[in-house]
Amino acid sequence: MTKFLVRRVVRLVVVCVGVSLVTFAILQASGDPVTLMMPEAPEADRAMLRQALGLHDPLLVQFGRFAGRALTGDFGNSFFHRAPAFGLVVERMPTTLTLTVLAMGLALVIALPVGIYSAVRRGRAVDQLATGTVFLGQSMPPFWTGIMLILLFAVQWRLLPVSGWDSWASVILPTLTLGTFTAPLLLRIVRSSMLEVINLDYVRTARAKGLSEWLVICRHALKNAALPLVTVTGLQFGLLLGGAIITETVFAVPGVGRLIVTALRQLDFPVVQAGVFMLAMVVVSLNFVVDVLYVYLDPRIGLR
Amino acid sequence: MAVGSLPTVTLAYAEEVAPAAGSRVWRKLTRSPAAIVGMLILIVVLGTALAAPWIAPHDPATQSLLRRFTPPVWTAGGNPAYPLGTDQVGRDILSRMIHGARISLLVGVLAMVVSVLVGVTLGLLSGFVGGRLDTVLMTIVDITWSFPPLLLALAFVAALGPSLLTIILVLGFTGWERYARVVRAEVLALREKDFVEAARAMGIGSLRILRVHVLPNTFSSIVVLSTLQVAQAILAEAALSFLGVGSGRTYPTWGQMIALGRDFVSVAWWLATFPGLAILATVLAINLVGDRLRDALDPRI
Repeated sequence: MTKFLVRRVVRLVVVCVGVSLVTFAILQASGDPVTLMMPEAPEADRAMLRQALGLHDPLLVQFGRFAGRALTGDFGNSFFHRAPAFGLVVERMPTTLTLTVLAMGLALVIALPVGIYSAVRRGRAVDQLATGTVFLGQSMPPFWTGIMLILLFAVQWRLLPVSGWDSWASVILPTLTLGTFTAPLLLRIVRSSMLEVINLDYVRTARAKGLSEWLVICRHALKNAALPLVTVTGLQFGLLLGGAIITETVFAVPGVGRLIVTALRQLDFPVVQAGVFMLAMVVVSLNFVVDVLYVYLDPRIGLR
Repeated sequence: MAVGSLPTVTLAYAEEVAPAAGSRVWRKLTRSPAAIVGMLILIVVLGTALAAPWIAPHDPATQSLLRRFTPPVWTAGGNPAYPLGTDQVGRDILSRMIHGARISLLVGVLAMVVSVLVGVTLGLLSGFVGGRLDTVLMTIVDITWSFPPLLLALAFVAALGPSLLTIILVLGFTGWERYARVVRAEVLALREKDFVEAARAMGIGSLRILRVHVLPNTFSSIVVLSTLQVAQAILAEAALSFLGVGSGRTYPTWGQMIALGRDFVSVAWWLATFPGLAILATVLAINLVGDRLRDALDPRI
C-alpha cells in the first residue's frame, strides 16, 4: 500500500509539472505577450518590458520561473482587470463547482434508476428507449440544448430567467443543461456496470434463495456494481467541467468557464493560464483521490 | 526457397480474406435499420456539403435589411423564397446551413485524420519499442487527460489565432490519445502471438512486422474509434465556433449560427434551432453508424 501510494504521488507530481508545462505553452503559442500587454507603446518601451519580464531568458528558465510562481498561486496580473489573475479565478471557483455538483446530482438522479432498470430489462422496450435517448443525448450540442431550454422556459412560457446566477430560479436552466449533457454518459456507465454483475453466479444464487427481485438488485447486484461506478463517475468530472465552460457562457453564469472564455476574447492570457491551470488541478486531484480510494476500497487490487 | 516464399503466401491470404470480411461487415450493417438511417442521413449531408454552391437557394453572405428576421415559411409572415427564414441582417438561414455543412464535415474528417496519424504512430512505437519511450508517451496521455475536454483546444486555438487550419490541427492533436492507447494495447497483446514470433524468427524486420502483421489487426478498432471521433470533432468545432474562437467570419458555420441565435433568442427562435438540428442529425447519424460498425466488426458479439 505504501509503495503504491509513493508511486501514485510521484505520478501526481509528474502530471502536475506536465500540466504547468502545457499551461506555460499557451502563452508561448500566442506569440509576443508584450505586444498584447501594451499594443500602442513605442518599441523602446516594449523592449524594456521584455527585459524586465525576462523574456530573453532561455525557455527552460522562463518555465522554471512560471512553475515556481504557479505553485504559490501567482500567475501575474490580468491585462484587462489589473488585478491578480489567480484571485479572479478563485473568486469564481465556487460558482463553477456548485453548478457542476448540482448537474452531477441531477444526472445521477436520472441515470441511476433508469440505468439499473434498463439493465434488468435488457433488450426490452424500456431498454431500447433508454439506449435511444442516450444516443440522442450524446449527439446534442450542450450549448444548443441550453438555448432550446431558454426558448421554452424563458421566452415561450416566461417561467424562468434567461440568464444570470442570482436566484434559485436562475440556477435551474444551467443545471438542467449541464445535467442532461452528463446524464446519457452516466446512464451508459450504470447500465454496463450493472449488466456485468447481473448474470454472475452470486446474483443467481441470491435469486435461487428466493429473494425478491428488488432485494437481489439492490443488495447484491448494485453493491458490487457501485465501486466501478463511483470510479468512472469521478473520472467523468473533467468532462463535466468542459461542459460547464459552455453552459456558463450560454447562461452568463459568472463562473471560471465564462471568465476563461471572456479572457480568451480579450487575449488576457494570465487569466486564461490561471483558469486552465486551476480547472486541470481540480481534475488531477479528483483523479488522484478516486485512484487511491479505489485501491483502498477494493481488496483485490493494491497488492500489485 | 520455402522460407522465402512464405511471406508472399501470408500476404496473398490476407488479400483473399479482406474483401470477404468487408462484405460480411457490410451485410451486418445493412441489416440494422439504425445504421441504414444513419448512412442515408450522412449521404444527404455529404451531398449537401459537396454541392453547396449549386443547391443553396441564395448566396450565404447576401444581406438585405428589408428582409431581416423573416420567420420560417410555415409560420405567419413567412416567405417561400426563404424556407427556414432569415437572420438579423437578412441572410438566408437554409443557404448558410448548406454552406456550413462543408466546414463541419471538413473539420470533423481532417481532425480525425490528424489524430489517427499521430495516435497510431505513437501507439505502435509505444507498444513495440516499449521501455522508457512507452513511459514517456503514457505520461503525456495522462497529462492531456487532466484537462477538461475542449478547454485545451479552446486555449490553443485562441492563442494561435483562430483559423480553419488551427482548429483542425488543434482538434487533431488533442484527440489522438485514444488511438495511441488502443493500438498500444493491441500491439502488446499481439507481440506475444505465435505468428508475430514466427515472422520475427524468419528474420523479418520490425517495420515490416508492424506493417504487415500488427497494423492490419488493429484496423477494426481504429475504424470504430475514428468514426466516433468525427462526431466528437464536429461537436467540438461547433462549440469552438459558438464560444467565438471559430474559423472567423469568412464562412458560415453551424456553431457560429447558433451563437448568433443566442443573441436574438427572444426575437427569432429559428436562428439557433435549425443549425442545431443539423448538428444533431449529423452527429447522431455518425454515432449510429459507428456503434453498429463496432457490433459488425467485433466477432465476439
